[in-house]
Amino acid sequence: MKISLSKIIVINFFIFINLTGSLFSNTIQPGPLSYEEIQKALILSKPGDIIELGEGIFEFEDGLSLDVNNVTISGEGINKTILSFKNQKSGAEGLMITSSGVTLKDFAVEDTIGDAIVVKGANGINFLRVRTEWTGGPKETNGAYGFYPVQSTDVLIDGCIAIGASDAGIYVGQSERIKVLNSIARYNVAGIEIENSFYAEVIGNLSEHNTGGILVFDLPDLPQQGGHHILLENNIVRNNDTENFAPEGNIVGNTPNGTGIMVMANQFVEIKNNEIKNNATAGILIASYQDEAEDKNYNPIASNIFIHGNSLINNGFSVDKIRASPISEVTNGKVPDIIWDGVVPFIEWIGLRSSQRIILGDNYSDSDTPIFANLKLMTKYLISSLHKVDTNYENYRGELNPIRPVIFEKD
Amino acid sequence: MKIFFKILIISFLSISSLRAETFSLLSEYNFFQDIKGQVPNKGIIPYHIANPLFSDYTYKFRFVSMPDNSVASYNHEQVFDFPIGATIIKTFAYPVDDRNLKKGFQLLETRLLIHKKEGWIPVSYIWNDNQTDAEIKFIGKTIETSWIDKNGISQNVRYRVPNINQCKSCHQINKVIKPIGPKGRNMNLDFLYKEGQKNQLEYWEFNDRLTNLPKRKIPKPAIWDNESFSVAERARAYLDSNCAHCHRKGGSAGNSGFYLSLEQNDGVALGVRKRPVAAGRGSGGMAYVIDPGKPEDSILLYRMASTDPGVMMPELSRSLNHKEALPLIYDWIKEME
Repeated sequence: MKISLSKIIVINFFIFINLTGSLFSNTIQPGPLSYEEIQKALILSKPGDIIELGEGIFEFEDGLSLDVNNVTISGEGINKTILSFKNQKSGAEGLMITSSGVTLKDFAVEDTIGDAIVVKGANGINFLRVRTEWTGGPKETNGAYGFYPVQSTDVLIDGCIAIGASDAGIYVGQSERIKVLNSIARYNVAGIEIENSFYAEVIGNLSEHNTGGILVFDLPDLPQQGGHHILLENNIVRNNDTENFAPEGNIVGNTPNGTGIMVMANQFVEIKNNEIKNNATAGILIASYQDEAEDKNYNPIASNIFIHGNSLINNGFSVDKIRASPISEVTNGKVPDIIWDGVVPFIEWIGLRSSQRIILGDNYSDSDTPIFANLKLMTKYLISSLHKVDTNYENYRGELNPIRPVIFEKD
Repeated sequence: MKIFFKILIISFLSISSLRAETFSLLSEYNFFQDIKGQVPNKGIIPYHIANPLFSDYTYKFRFVSMPDNSVASYNHEQVFDFPIGATIIKTFAYPVDDRNLKKGFQLLETRLLIHKKEGWIPVSYIWNDNQTDAEIKFIGKTIETSWIDKNGISQNVRYRVPNINQCKSCHQINKVIKPIGPKGRNMNLDFLYKEGQKNQLEYWEFNDRLTNLPKRKIPKPAIWDNESFSVAERARAYLDSNCAHCHRKGGSAGNSGFYLSLEQNDGVALGVRKRPVAAGRGSGGMAYVIDPGKPEDSILLYRMASTDPGVMMPELSRSLNHKEALPLIYDWIKEME
């Protein structure tokens, strides 16, 4: 029996149709079986596959997960394809990715019972025009994180929107090589947070109506710590006026109401050309980690923080007296836009050693009052009679080499 | 026509390599003499472990199958090194009436971990309504069912058969899938075999299924609900088997820096005065994972006592509270200084 190649192709083609269900569309549409269809597609996918989700609202009771490399999940638009977990009964998050090189694009994840999208241990993850949202507004019962890549490398978040997270809308933790670009964070406790991470750039984002706009934190007792080389550039960080609604106990619950940008315990952070406006406690807050930490490998004090080219308008007009009591205790009325707690190692405080902590270039403000304050909290705690806040900008003027652009390994 | 079938098969295989490696029915493996009664064939060894994972009060029937003339190698703190071709078999079931097991069981699922050259492959089989066989399922399933508990009360449960990704999330360490239960320190127990009651390690060794048993006396494991052990020993044993498969370095919760293996000695890593990192509302408004002496202020207990999927721990394998274990963890934290 002779059979031509074209016949085989034709036969194969029909088999393909049979197995996939439909010739003209592999797109999964919302419906009563869509959970099974999507989870099945995620499990049986092969590297290079694109899983397409149609327009409409998908309603799920259980979390979804993907563990195949280089798969794309693609919806029809950030407001068109909606994965709703309003009635979630199991799974601690909406979507869990544990593979590398995955691209998520053009859909939204709403009202998950815990985190919205978690990515663990990925080498390469792309979020493009994805939205995570808790639709009931800021609430303590909302999930902690919208975007939550952790222990990952080459993390790209571009054109995304994060709303209502009870910790951080866009959170990147214990990761390396990170770009958060052109995204919007609103009504979260932290809009965008880079934590215990190396080499990140946060550029061109809008962070507004959060408790804190952009946070760069480093915390003890974690597998990766010592965050460094973080660039925050050309972001608009304004009107961060949502009262802190984080469940108590969480570190982010310490973020003062109305914080623009906050850096805690990182090295080499460049804060450049941002528009920072109408943040009640501070425009830029540089702080050390305040709690006791037994972790001997942990450095709680920030250094080499280079702040320049920012436009600082109307910040510090009403300090959060509870969470930012160190500020309100030593200042009156409107406080400067840029605040540093002035905590340094003891040996540095007594003058036996010096290192670069805060470096100020030119920053712009329409205010007549000083725009920078070193709260000198070390002096306050050690010899309070000598304590005086230092608002002399020129004492901190300097220059630091710019932080180099992040280059992904695959680039 | 033959070629058509060939193409069909090839097309089918190319769609999923997973399916090509496994049978679609549990019966096809020929593990059981009486599949419904879970009576294994000759050569398939039943076993149990000291501290099983709590899975919504299901009973678990465990077996291991190894190729003829192959042998596993003893490892005390880690899982035995099993030969290629070994399969670990575990059936989950509810008793009809937990006061009288003779009334039988409702078999829910049978999970296999198959040791191939390329590594361990997890697959799950879901039992049919007639309980005559179980069929492969990669995407998990929700089984709404009920059983009569030890107190004679009918309990409803939304039992979740995990999908293959969820299997991996507990069974992976540094992205490599491994069994969890059969490690030396979990296996030094007696088991009632057909031939009579015997120590499992000795039985395996006697039957040429285990090698490299240490010459020294192997310590007996603490068992979480055996009150002849101290509260601390029991609590650590419980946390090891219920949490440490994820809460260890390289495990799925490795990013938390909160590690509960029996071997862990560092206080902060064990949760003592450790602050929550990414717990969200899982923190329950508390400052520490374990606040010594204050179980009611400890996140660990709070999350173990919750059935809210956004709060509860473990995240997988349970929807009900393990009521008998909570007082143990309470007492353990209470007695800490």
